[in-house]
Amino acid sequence: MSAIASKGLILDEKLIFERSTAGRCGYDLPAIDVPLVEPDESLLRDEIDGFPELSEVDVVRHYTRLSTWNYGVDSGFYPLGSCTMKYNPKVNEQLARLPGFAHLHPAVPDHLSQGALQLMYDLQQSLCEISGFPALTLQPSAGAHGEFAGMLMIHAWHQAQGNKRHKVLIPDTAHGTNPATAALCGYDVVPIASDGVLSLEAVAAAMDDDVAALMVTNPNTLGLFESNIREICDLVHSRGGLVYCDGANLNALLGICRPGDLGIDVMHFNLHKTFATPHGGGGPGAGPVGVSAALEPFLPVPVIIKEGQNYRLATDRPQSIGHLRTFASQFGILVRAYAYILSMGPKGLKRATELAVLNANYIRARLEGSYHLPYKQRSLHEVIFSDAELPNDCHTLDVAKRLLDYGFHPPTIYFPLVVQGALMIEPTETESKQELDEFCDALVAIAEEAKDSPHLLHDAPVNARTRRLDETLAARKPRLRWERREA
Amino acid sequence: MRFLPHSDQDISSMLDAIGVEKIEALFSGIPANCRLPRDLELSDPLAEADLQRHFQALAAANSVDDSWSRFLGGGYYDHHIPTVIDHLISRSEFYTAYTPYQPEISQGTLQAVFEFQTLICQLTGMEVANASLYDGASACAEAVLMALRCGRKRSKILLSRGVHPRYREVVEAYVRYLDVELVEVPLTVDGRTDEAAVQQLLDQDVAALVVGYPNYLGVVEDVESLSLLTHGSGARLLVAAAEPLAMALYRSPGELGADIVIGEGQSFGLPLSYGGPGIGFIAARQKDMRSLPGRLVGETVDKDGERGFVLTLSTREQHIRREKATSNICSNQGICAVMVSIYLSLLGKNGLPQLARDNYSRAAYLREQIAALPGYSLPFATPVFNEFVISCPQPAAVVLRRLEAEKILAGIDLSADYPEIENGLLICVTEQNDRAQLDSLVEALKGGAA
Repeated sequence: MSAIASKGLILDEKLIFERSTAGRCGYDLPAIDVPLVEPDESLLRDEIDGFPELSEVDVVRHYTRLSTWNYGVDSGFYPLGSCTMKYNPKVNEQLARLPGFAHLHPAVPDHLSQGALQLMYDLQQSLCEISGFPALTLQPSAGAHGEFAGMLMIHAWHQAQGNKRHKVLIPDTAHGTNPATAALCGYDVVPIASDGVLSLEAVAAAMDDDVAALMVTNPNTLGLFESNIREICDLVHSRGGLVYCDGANLNALLGICRPGDLGIDVMHFNLHKTFATPHGGGGPGAGPVGVSAALEPFLPVPVIIKEGQNYRLATDRPQSIGHLRTFASQFGILVRAYAYILSMGPKGLKRATELAVLNANYIRARLEGSYHLPYKQRSLHEVIFSDAELPNDCHTLDVAKRLLDYGFHPPTIYFPLVVQGALMIEPTETESKQELDEFCDALVAIAEEAKDSPHLLHDAPVNARTRRLDETLAARKPRLRWERREA
Repeated sequence: MRFLPHSDQDISSMLDAIGVEKIEALFSGIPANCRLPRDLELSDPLAEADLQRHFQALAAANSVDDSWSRFLGGGYYDHHIPTVIDHLISRSEFYTAYTPYQPEISQGTLQAVFEFQTLICQLTGMEVANASLYDGASACAEAVLMALRCGRKRSKILLSRGVHPRYREVVEAYVRYLDVELVEVPLTVDGRTDEAAVQQLLDQDVAALVVGYPNYLGVVEDVESLSLLTHGSGARLLVAAAEPLAMALYRSPGELGADIVIGEGQSFGLPLSYGGPGIGFIAARQKDMRSLPGRLVGETVDKDGERGFVLTLSTREQHIRREKATSNICSNQGICAVMVSIYLSLLGKNGLPQLARDNYSRAAYLREQIAALPGYSLPFATPVFNEFVISCPQPAAVVLRRLEAEKILAGIDLSADYPEIENGLLICVTEQNDRAQLDSLVEALKGGAA
């Protein structure tokens, strides 16, 4: 077995509430140097029932132990398709923590926060150059938030033209956030079938005067470039619609193709994917949105404006869709993304794309004989296999769980929905050939195990912190918080 | 390039395995008319040392540094951050992990978020909380959408003028193209939500009333009375807390009858970071659990019967329900939730109420001193927490500019958001402002009035 997983002592740890001991406190308050006063008693609350009482040492042990139950990019290969789990440079963490940034309150007036505004402006200009869009907002907090901003702008643009359109076309390969976003913006979703890539005919057949926009992902969730995209954009425009591009897969295009040059009107970025900011176990990310000149007046406020050598945040924009968050941006994430762009430079970014695509195609070449490949076209940064040829009642979920035993994070599974039992692998450029070989060896070994010893897949994982968890029970009898159990 | 591991030899052997000669061949799926015919025009790559110098210069270009006295609140609060937090979240098993889709190797994140959900329930006095949302304002908007779902055919939302102005604007943006009517509820002269107006506006169409806790002007609302009113007409009471530290001092929104509580958790251990990332939270009643937006972590058991945690109730979410999902959100503020949990665990049952009393006392001291200054007055006599409004003898902008020369950021000018308050200035005091700072502010304010 070519597993990198091996033995290691894993410590048990209770819930923080179960560790609590009456009377402890892990924080000393600064001495109070003003008279201590109390508000009216009728307003006061009793003690916070259930809140933990712990020393600093208790807290440090607790979270240190919990961390050892996690697997991160720094632990090993993390080939989640469409998630772009590339290495997160350590210096970026340090830069985001510089006191000049970390201690800067969002209400500090513009003339006293010029450094932060310059950073945002420069990042904005860099992202415009990378994507080909003339205007951009850094405000959205995540990809889905960026989609929301983009679709609101599309709606606002139509409204300004006097258009009353109520439909949005979305290919069947799309991420679930696309239809959810369209609905949130008051649109009806019309799914369109694609066969790998979207055909001009399929769009033409669905396109009518009620269609506000087409939402595409390019490259799509099969890792395929939408090769008809220019013609599709022309068609949609000719019928009065706009084109939204989900930029989740931009890592396949850096320095090679700019979505803004293709006729696309709006695209969101995922800084936590393409631009190497850490995923944080679920967030925070950032989802800037690039737009065409026609949509620029609708950008959310505030926008960053450069006047001479000075920068300011402007809100006096009558056609804006408004504010989408309390303050201007997930600034700490922007610092990291900008540091990444500066570290890589134009050639480095293009090289990253080339090596990401090389890595995906290498995995494809190594696994094609062991797993079913539903789409044979040359794919870019990710490759999708399926469980169609696995014997003995072994399925995608079993492969994924068995990979845990071998010491790897599994790929994205059961997505995209157009592939039954999908295994969607995106290696990114920061993985070496050795890492890829170890991973492919593991997957080849698992395909063999499926033939000879399927119980190894069905019983997996056996090496992880827990065995397979009962998700049905969790959903049927939801326990979403700890409660004190009476002795 | 230091992040790219490939040697030339690796590349050629990989190309051999694929069966192409050059990397360019792998891009054959991109038509010529879609290619960028030139290099990107970006600056040349920086080595780590150059990068550090560049960012240090940018950080230094922010003229405000730690030698300044700062009294800025308005939705983001300068509380001391225990060192332990950054130390623990720098463990890369936490911050370089993805959303915990593979629970068997994500128990660290999952248990930490389960604890976060519990801490939020305990603090707010509510029954169920999610794994977090982007920030306070977007949490408020998500909560409004949730109240509309729960209220079925009801399509009107009453928004108190005391709710954070940005929260109100974000709510407006979120419902812009939905069939929803937003109605603003005025404030009374004492800075509280006008109950008589609420009574008049409540009808069978109202899904929820939204009020602040304390409100944007620092004023403690009578949440109990508003909740009785609201429930009387079958609507829900949504409480928005921009400074949830107040909950460690005052009766919790849950105890006072709130149906949904949202807030901004930045106060609990997150750096100011020019306004983000922060963390939104949402807590609700058990009966509305299935209408919650966002991720939820639940307890379960594994094959051997051992306790473990998983993402759950996903049939509410976009990857299953697509256009019928409760929200389009597919992330949470992950690492920020861990930071909040560490902070609340450190301070805990004993420390957090003490900190809240400390903030209350400091604000009370300063408020009293300023009220005694000639030319300055307090427009509202109602109870506050760590933030309050003063009326200045000159426009707030003039006062603020003058004090900048003394390295004091005295507060937030209210003229744009609340023009009805004459020369209104919003001042915030936390444990970071010692008595010397408070006294200097009073002296500096006095200097201008003379």
